[in-house]
Order: sequence, then structure tokens, then C-alpha cells
Amino acid sequence: MNFDELFGHLGQHTVDGLSKGAIYALVALGYTLVYGVLKLINFAHSEVFMVGTFAVLGTWTALGATSNPSFGMMILFLLAGLVAGAVASGATAVGVELIAYRRLRRMNAPPLIFLITAIGLSLVLSEAFGLWQGRLIKGMPTIVEREILFTIGNTEVTNTQLLTIVSALVMMVLLDVFINRTRYGRGVRAVAQNPDTAALMGVNKDRVILLIFLLGGLLAGAAALLYNVRYGNTRFNVGFLLGLKAFTAAVLGGIGNLRGALLGGLLLGVVEVYAATLLTSSWEDVAAFTVLVVVLLFRPTGLLGESLGRARA
Amino acid sequence: MTTDTATSKYGIGGLRAKFGERWAGLPKWQRSLAFIAFVIFLYYLPYLGIPGLTWLRTDYIANGNNWAGVLFTCAVYVLIAIGLNVVIGLAGLLDLGYVGFFAVGAYSVALFGSTQSPVVKSLQAQFGLSEEWAVAWAICIPIALCLAMISGVLLGGPTLRLRGDYLAIVTLGFGEIIRIVVRNVEWSGGPAGIAAIPGPQGKPSPDNNVFGLIDAKPWYWLALTTVLLIVWLVRRLENSRVGRAWLAVREDEDAAAVMGVYPFKFKLWAFAIGAALGALSGLLYASRNGFIEPNQFNAQLSILFVAMVVVGGSGNMAGVALGAVLLAYLPERFREFSEWRFLVFGLALVLVMLIRPQGLIPSRRRARELKDRQEEVAVGV
Repeated sequence: MNFDELFGHLGQHTVDGLSKGAIYALVALGYTLVYGVLKLINFAHSEVFMVGTFAVLGTWTALGATSNPSFGMMILFLLAGLVAGAVASGATAVGVELIAYRRLRRMNAPPLIFLITAIGLSLVLSEAFGLWQGRLIKGMPTIVEREILFTIGNTEVTNTQLLTIVSALVMMVLLDVFINRTRYGRGVRAVAQNPDTAALMGVNKDRVILLIFLLGGLLAGAAALLYNVRYGNTRFNVGFLLGLKAFTAAVLGGIGNLRGALLGGLLLGVVEVYAATLLTSSWEDVAAFTVLVVVLLFRPTGLLGESLGRARA
Repeated sequence: MTTDTATSKYGIGGLRAKFGERWAGLPKWQRSLAFIAFVIFLYYLPYLGIPGLTWLRTDYIANGNNWAGVLFTCAVYVLIAIGLNVVIGLAGLLDLGYVGFFAVGAYSVALFGSTQSPVVKSLQAQFGLSEEWAVAWAICIPIALCLAMISGVLLGGPTLRLRGDYLAIVTLGFGEIIRIVVRNVEWSGGPAGIAAIPGPQGKPSPDNNVFGLIDAKPWYWLALTTVLLIVWLVRRLENSRVGRAWLAVREDEDAAAVMGVYPFKFKLWAFAIGAALGALSGLLYASRNGFIEPNQFNAQLSILFVAMVVVGGSGNMAGVALGAVLLAYLPERFREFSEWRFLVFGLALVLVMLIRPQGLIPSRRRARELKDRQEEVAVGV
């Protein structure tokens, strides 16, 4: 137990955990949106994220990106990556809904069946990328060179950490405003509360469901960009563990609750980094799942409760 | 869209019902005779040489896999599917961490039975035993079953009060935790795994004339016998008070509780029994392989197990057995497409579930539950 290291650099590890958790949070939002409306674990969401990482990488390769670009080029690469990741992931998420879920929803199939089609589809997606892009880890140019922006006490904050945390927070706020303030958002909340009543009130249920898959996909695409910037590599099976963690984060915060997903993601990231510091990095997954089990035991609906559909605003 | 699925379903369902009626209408001696013939055929399978059926063999093609070995894998998977079916099909609990129990079984026999395991070594040092001493294989079986049931109760105790979806993710996490802990601690052999796992004839050696390293046929027969025994036991369980309680809890937990069935107790039983069966299959697997390491027990395997149950038709033992055999056998048979087989496997999962969500051979009761749900869909929504 390396307590000296943890408490000596507590701020450092916290910032590191937050930036790791921000990626979890963005992917977790996709799980939480779909769960909040359909009461369904979208198991294929992890592969939606994976497709995003490859789309970002492909765009960078196509634009001829090299390591350490000038500031203008860096912004261009980031924006192009964001657009490509969001479009690819959004399209994949919508495709998952149309291929794997829509027909089953019409049949009112039990949740287990959705889970299996989702598993099948994620297998198809990851295997297709494994065949197409090879099964080895794919490196990529360092678009954002790590440098220390400022120091608080002995906590050094780097540009990538700041970029990750700030963009996750911005997207979170945008999504929150969209769901709580706009007309479409009202439709989403209505379907989450009671699909049949919402349909009787004139909400196009299928369109709302497509919309939430699209939103989840867009956020996963953004997460894919941040992931590529942070880790600098991807692989055909990168989605599995990250998806598992993101789902854990969603459950931790209270699945179906947007703010809960953010809280759960950030918390999970911090817990993992603390555990990796205290023990070794091979224990971080155990710590993540242990926290999940403990939280569920004492608060079975997650930290903030499940509330996408309930009257809140 | 709903109408055409409905007719196709009635079509297949009707055919099955007709077949079922004819089968039930046969005299009892004819049914037992057919059953005995089927069992004999299963025992004969390793020698399969009937013209027209030899293409089934996996060693029929160039560099194919050992046919009896594949049969053994199929039998172990059937055992897993039957155990998981108790949890998913009968009690209606979605367990995504079943590989954890499989690992408990495999590691029980490895840690207590292998002379190379750190546990056995420390026992030897503690009690001044010889270097050759290890727990006998036959004693490892009850140890594995007990440890698995204990871990099933330990996992189920706190988590079975959670709702279904949470249960799924917590069990998935549990499976991963077991794997990572086993990989990280020293007393389990760590990432290097454990070798020299014993079989019924003691530790693996060239002198073992029956359960040896090369010939997989005795292993297959052992696994098949276990499967038949377990099928018989689970069938008895299904038609007992416990089985009816599971069914009641699955269909409506609150109604069951009102009628005096305490759901938690029966869910915990399902978990423990499922865990024991998973451990039994893990034990067989480890004994045949002679070597295990933590990464063999990954979460993807858990998901494959769930797929076997659901594709076959959860709740029906014949169905889950078919699902297990297909999912174990097809990737082996089509090894020449090994790069493509998981892609095809994924596609097949999606297609089967879209076309036949009740599974290939569904339990009659499950199919009816599904049909009820289908009719509950609000009109025009």
C-alpha cells in the first residue's frame, strides 16, 4: 500500500483520474440515454465507440497528420477528428438500433433477446474491424503534445487533461440543456416516462428512439477523439473493457440519469487511478467493480437515482 | 411485419407441436427404446464412420482438430449450458459472470490436485508431506462443488436483491474480478497458470492408460456420462417443488411472494446449483487440459455461455444442449475459415434472435410467455 505516493501527490492523481473518467462519462451517457428511454442495456455501444476511434484515426491518416503539428493544424485535426468520430459513431449507433432492436421492439421481446442481438452485433463490428484493420494495436501520431499548462501547489495540469475534462463538461452541459430545455428533449423525457402515453400525445416514438441512439453515438464519437488524443492507440477490441467500465459508471451514478453518468464516470476514473497508485495498475479493474458492488448494495439505484423520465425539471 | 412473423412462428411451432404429439402418443417402450438408441449413438460418436455422416467429423479436413477432443469440448459446453440454464432459463436471472464459477471449478482441482500448485506446496511444507503428495482427484470434486456453491451464495446473497439489469452487470464484474485476482495474487500461480493438473488417474503422465494426454475418447465418455447424470438430476429438480417455485418467481416475483414462495431463497438456490454445475464443467475442462491460466476465463467466454442458452432456447434442456453443441462445434468444424468464424458467429446470433427470438428449441412455456408479450403490444404504437 503506497499511501505516501497517493497522499503526497493527491491533486495530481485526482486530475489524472478526472481526465480518465471524463472519457468514461461520455461513453456512459450513451448507455444511460438508451437505458433511460428503453430500459435496455445497449451492449453494442462499446463497439460504437470503437468505430469512432478508427474513424478519427482514418481521418488523421487521410489528412496526413504527423506528430507535433503547428497550433493551427492541431485545431484542424481535432475538429476534423471530432466530426469524423461523431458521424461514424452516430451512424453506427443508428444502424444498431435499426438492425438489431427495431424489429424486436415491435415484437415486444424480453430484454434478454435484445442483449443477445446486441452481443452478436458487437461481435460482428469488432471482428469486421479486426479483419479489415488487423488485430494488432494501431499507433497514431501525437496530435496534442503533452505539456504542462499550469501548476497548483504540486499538481501539474497538462493540456490533454484539461482538454479532456473541459470538453466532457461542455458536452455534458449541452446535452443537459438539450434534454431539459428543447422540444425534442421534452419528447425524449415523455417517451422515457411512459412510451404509450407519449405516443398518444403525438410524440413520434420511433423518431425519439433514433434520436437517443444518435445522441449516444455522437457523444461516443467525441469520447473516441479524446481517447485517441490521450492514449495514442486503438485496437479492434478496444471497446470491450472501456464499454464495461462506462456501463459501470452509468450504473454507479444511477442509470438513466444524465448527471449521474457524469458523476459516475469521473468517480470511477478517480477510483481507478487511486487504486493503481495504492497497489499496482493491475488492480484498477478490481477496484472499479468493487466500488460498483458496494455502491449498489447500499444504494441500489446508484448515487443520484434513476431519473431521466421522472418529473425533475 | 408483425403478421408475417406471427404466421411463420405458428408454422414452425405447429410442426413442432405435431411432432411432439406424435412422440407423446407412442407407447412407452418405443420411447425408451428410441432414447436408449440415441444415448448409444452418443457414446459411439467418437468412432463415427457411418457413410454420409463422416463430413461431421472435424478431423475429416486437412489439419482439422482431434474429433474426440472436439466432442469432449461439446460435452463440457453442454454441461455449462445446462447449469446456466438453471439460472437463466428456470429462475430467470441474467448471469453474465458464469465463467467465474467455471474458473472456480478449474482452479479448485488445479490448486488442490496439482503438485506444482503453491497451495499444495505450502501444505506439503506445513505437514512434512512428500513432494509427490497432492489432494486426490476424487476429493477435488466435492471441494470444487463446495467452493463454487459458497462463491455462488457469497455473490448472490448481496446481489440477488438487485433488479435484473444490475444483476447482469454485477455478475459480469464478478467474473472479471475472479480472473484478475487470480492473475494478480501469488498463491494461484499468477499469470503463468498451473500445470500438471490431475485427472481420474492421477497427475498427467505417459503411463495413464485410460485418461491420458493423447486419446480424448475416455474423456468424452466421462463428460458424456456426467452430462447424462446431470440432465436426469436437473429434470427431477425442474419438476419438483423447487422447479415450480423458480417458474413462479420468473413469471411474476410479487405474485409468487404473495403465494408464499420466498423469491430470494429460491433465487439463491438457483445461483448455488448453477455455480456447482459450472464448477463441475470447469473441473472436467482443467483435468483434460492439464494446464490452466487466468486468461482462459475471460468475459467473452461468459457471453458465449449466455449465447448458448438463449440461442438454443432458454428453459428447455434439449434446446440449450443444442445451442451449446452448435456454438462449440461449428467454429471447430469450419476452422479453415478461422479468421472469419467469429464474424459469422456474430451474424448468426443476430439473425437467429431476429427470426426466432424464442430460441431454436424453445421451452413450450417460454414460447407462450413470449407470445403473450407480443400480443400485449399496444395497437398502433
